[in-house]
Parts: sequence; C-alpha cells; structure tokens
Amino acid sequence: MEALSSLHKEAIREFLYKMADDQLILGHRNSEWTGLGPLLEEDIAFSSMAQDKLGHALALYTILHEHLGEKDPDTIAFTRNERELRCCHLVEYPIGGYDFSLTRHFLFDTAEHLRFEMLAGSAFEPLAQVARKIKGEIKYHVLHAQTWMKQLGSATEESKARMQSALNETMPLALGIFEASPFEAELAEHNIFAGEHELRNRWLEVIAPTVADAGLVLPDIDALTPAYGGRQGYHTEYLQPLLTEMTEVFRIDPTVEW
Amino acid sequence: MYGGGYIYDKSSPAEQHQDDPAKLAEFEAKIDRGEKIEPHDWMPRDYRKQLIRMIEQHAHSEIIGALPEGTWITRAPGFRRKLALMAKVQDEVGHGQLLYNAAETLGKPREEMINDLLSGKSKYSNVFNYPAKTWGDTAVIAWLIDAAAIVNQVTNSKGSYGPYCRALERICQEESFHLKYGHDTVVYLATGTPTQRAMVQEALTRWWPPIMHFFGPPDKVSVHTEKLMRWKVKLASNDDMRQQFLNMYVPKIWELGLTLPDPNLRKNDETGQWEYTEPDWDEFFRVINGEGPCNAERLAVRNAAEENGRWVRRALMKPVGQYTQPLC
Ligand SMILES: [Fe+2]
Ligand SMILES: [Fe+2]
Repeated sequence: MEALSSLHKEAIREFLYKMADDQLILGHRNSEWTGLGPLLEEDIAFSSMAQDKLGHALALYTILHEHLGEKDPDTIAFTRNERELRCCHLVEYPIGGYDFSLTRHFLFDTAEHLRFEMLAGSAFEPLAQVARKIKGEIKYHVLHAQTWMKQLGSATEESKARMQSALNETMPLALGIFEASPFEAELAEHNIFAGEHELRNRWLEVIAPTVADAGLVLPDIDALTPAYGGRQGYHTEYLQPLLTEMTEVFRIDPTVEW
Repeated sequence: MYGGGYIYDKSSPAEQHQDDPAKLAEFEAKIDRGEKIEPHDWMPRDYRKQLIRMIEQHAHSEIIGALPEGTWITRAPGFRRKLALMAKVQDEVGHGQLLYNAAETLGKPREEMINDLLSGKSKYSNVFNYPAKTWGDTAVIAWLIDAAAIVNQVTNSKGSYGPYCRALERICQEESFHLKYGHDTVVYLATGTPTQRAMVQEALTRWWPPIMHFFGPPDKVSVHTEKLMRWKVKLASNDDMRQQFLNMYVPKIWELGLTLPDPNLRKNDETGQWEYTEPDWDEFFRVINGEGPCNAERLAVRNAAEENGRWVRRALMKPVGQYTQPLC
C-alpha cells in the first residue's frame, strides 16, 4: 500500500477511533450485566459479547498504534478525556432493563456485522484483516439478538409492550451510529469504506424483516431525529461517569503495569 | 469458588428416615466398590437431601461470588486484566449453571433453589459476605479464594454422586486458570510500586480471617459427619483441607515478601502440621447467620436481578419436563 498522505491518514485515524470507541464503551456496558442477567444463560451471553467487543476495541487501537503512530492501546483507552472519544450516544446509555440492552444489542450488532462485512474488502489491509475476523464473531451475536427479539416480541403482553417501547426509544439513538464524518468522500475514494449512508441503508434492509417477524413495528425513520454529536466528541451525560469508573484503578498510576 | 464445612444438616437421629436395609446395603456396597451413583439409582433419602443441600449451596456460592469481583470488571486497569477478569467471572456464573443443573438431577428445580437463596433458607460461602474494597482485594480473591476452592473442589470431585463429580472436574479445569490469573495479578502488585504493594498487602491482611474461615470450623466442633464420609458426600475433614491449603500457599505468600496477620502461623517441622491462631469462630457464625458486612447487599442485588428479570423468564415459560438431564 502506498505511503499514507496526511489527509488520508487523518481520515483513517478518525474512522478507526470511532469504531474502536463504540466497541470499548458498549463492551463496558455489556459487562455490567455480569451477575445480574434475567437468566444465568444471558449473564454468560452478555459477558461473551462484552469480551468480544473489548477484543475488537483492542484490535482497532492496535492498528492505530502500529500503523498510525498513536499511543499504545491501554493509554488510548484509559487516558483520553470525554471530549476526545468518538463513540455514538447509543453505546453510552446505561444498561437499563433487559429490554433496552437487548434492543441496543440487536440494532448495534447488526450494524456492526454489516460494517465489518463491508470492511473485509477494504483497501486498508490491516483493517481488512481485522474485519474478516470480527465479522465471523459478530455473526453469532446477531443470531442471538434475532432469536431473543423474536421470542420476547411475541411472548406475553408485557414482553411485547416492553420490546416495542424499547425499540421506539432506541431507534433515534441507533441512527446516531451512522453520523457522517468529514472524511466520507476520502474514505470512499480510496476504497477504504463505502460510507455511513450506504451502511445505514443496508442496515435498514436487514433489521426491518426481523422487527416484523418479532411482531413489532419499526418507527417511522423519517420522523426521527438521529442522536448525532458523538462522532464530534459531544456526548450524553452518561459517558463521563462511565469513564471515571473505568479508569479508577488505571489512573492511580498510568505509567506502571498492573 | 466455594467453601464447605458448615453445610451439612444437623438433623436429629429421631428425624432420620429409615431406609430399606437391603437397598441401603446394596447402595453402600456400590460406593465401597468406587462406583458412582447416578440420578436414576436408588439412594437413601438422607443422601439425596444432603447432596441437594451441598450442591445447591455450592451453586449459590458461584453466583453470589460473581458479585464482589463483578463490580471490578468495569474498573479493571487495562485491556489484559479487564478481559481476564470478565472471562473469570463469566466462568463462575457458568459454574453456577452447571451446579444448579447437577442439583436438579436430584429433584429440586432451579427456581426453588433460587427462592431458598433469596429467603435466606439456603446459604452460600461465607467469604462473599465480605467486601472487595480495592483492586488488591480482587487480586487476593482470585488467587487465594480460588486456590482454597480448588482444594475443596478437587476433594469433592472424588465423591460418589456422578453428576456432581463430573461437574466438579470441569469446574476445576477452569479454576486453575483463575488461580493463574489471580497469582499473576498479585505478583504484579507485590513487585510493583510502593502504592501497588501496599494495596495488595492491605487486601491480604483484610482477607486472611475469611480465608481461615473458608474450610469451616475445626473438626473438634464440627457436625458429626461419619455417615457422610462413608457415603462419600464429604471426603476430607475441614482441618485436613485447611492444612493442605496452608501448606501449598503460605510459602508462596511469604516468597512474595507479603506478611500474614498471625504471629503464630508456622509449620511445625516435627508434626508437619501448620500451627495458627484460631480465627474468631463466633464471627464466622454471626456472618453466616446474616450479620456480615455484605449479606444484605448481596441478597438485595440478587433479589433485584430476579425481580427485574421476571418478565423475561415469564416470556420463556414452557412446560417443564419431569427429569433433568445432567449437563455433563
Ligand atoms: Fe467457580
Ligand atoms: Fe474461580
């Protein structure tokens, strides 16, 4: 691959950070279910997803470190301040009830699966390699999400009502995943990534049938205001407390091995 | 992880059920021959009762034990520790799942076991009624509580009830990874900066009494367990397991330059036995009976999880089969 021009580099850096930060923060949230799930089996499932997401974040931060001159993954993850993070609002929200967490898992992981499927053919080879590995793992998470959406969407009156309102609440947040970056054209032109808009369209095509199968109603997308801002460093009030907690021990001495 | 020693029912001889002597003789002969008892085999009523009680409390210990360490997953410093701790606590929940299943093969449904946990009728290992105050505590727990649990579980895996033994064999394999992770974390702290060292030393001092309590009261005051020994429900005495643990781990602790808060702790070279100050057994019983620093909190968290998850479980409701297959 040709030497990276500085604009090109900036585009990739921004792109990697937002993906990695999503993984880090949602991995953190999913891990909060440990010991608290509605069934032991779901405790275990959410922990698996959390571990995979943390692993993905680590892989992406490693690319930043090795190919783009950023600091080591621990430093990147555990010392940046809130404004420096590029995650979307969806991943920042507290775990809430199982209805919220499951719906978030369904909407996010579906987008993630499609994203890494697209990236498996990226011209930026280090990313393409990681993407090929990640998409295989996420396939099972998407399957898990679909099974549960269908089960809970059509079981009892209560579960149906809960899942519908979770979907209504989560949809505008999920649209925030696809907030365009200033580098969309740059990334597309160099065949690194076909773009957030393209991903959003593919995502809508995939989630619609599952939502319908689950007996739920997809909110009218055009009537929703997507929760944008995260990709520019503007976050919900939930992110700072999460970071404070996450870095509590690391901050005691960020220069040593733990 | 898990601790035993106080789990057996003190049923009075008058309450003891009289089993068919011929069947009982056949059952005991089978155990003497080293064969396993399986779910469909005839077994004395008291054997079933004690096993349910023991396995159920072991299962509770796994899921309650996930709580103090679980609260440190979100605070673990760095990717390596965070990933390892997540995997460890996930394993513990998986152990709970395996063990509830093994207990279900004896006829008590999981739901009922959970209800008994929440009502306080059924106990769990006493150590989890103490708080994990710092990152140092999680390191000490993962190393030494898991080490103690391994001593206990390896012993129990030689027992007579097939599904429990097989579950324990699988559990012990995973526990050995926990032990490695815990030891590694303690080593990094003990050989780190003065702050890190102080953190792990304070945690060790805090956890020593609960660790000494782990295997239960001394043999001379324990419930009479001769029959349970004969039936291979209980396989080693509390003191024997405690000795085994001290012998394996005290030297390793001292090697790291860490100290233990018992001036009398030493190995008697003549007897080969460890000598120590008896921990406060009154405190042990107070904590078991609900007065520990975290009993209320642990059950409240578990209760909230049960409450919050009820609608999900209701949505999954399907007719329950008569017989539960062992998972392994
Ligand atoms: Fe365990
Ligand atoms: Fe363990």
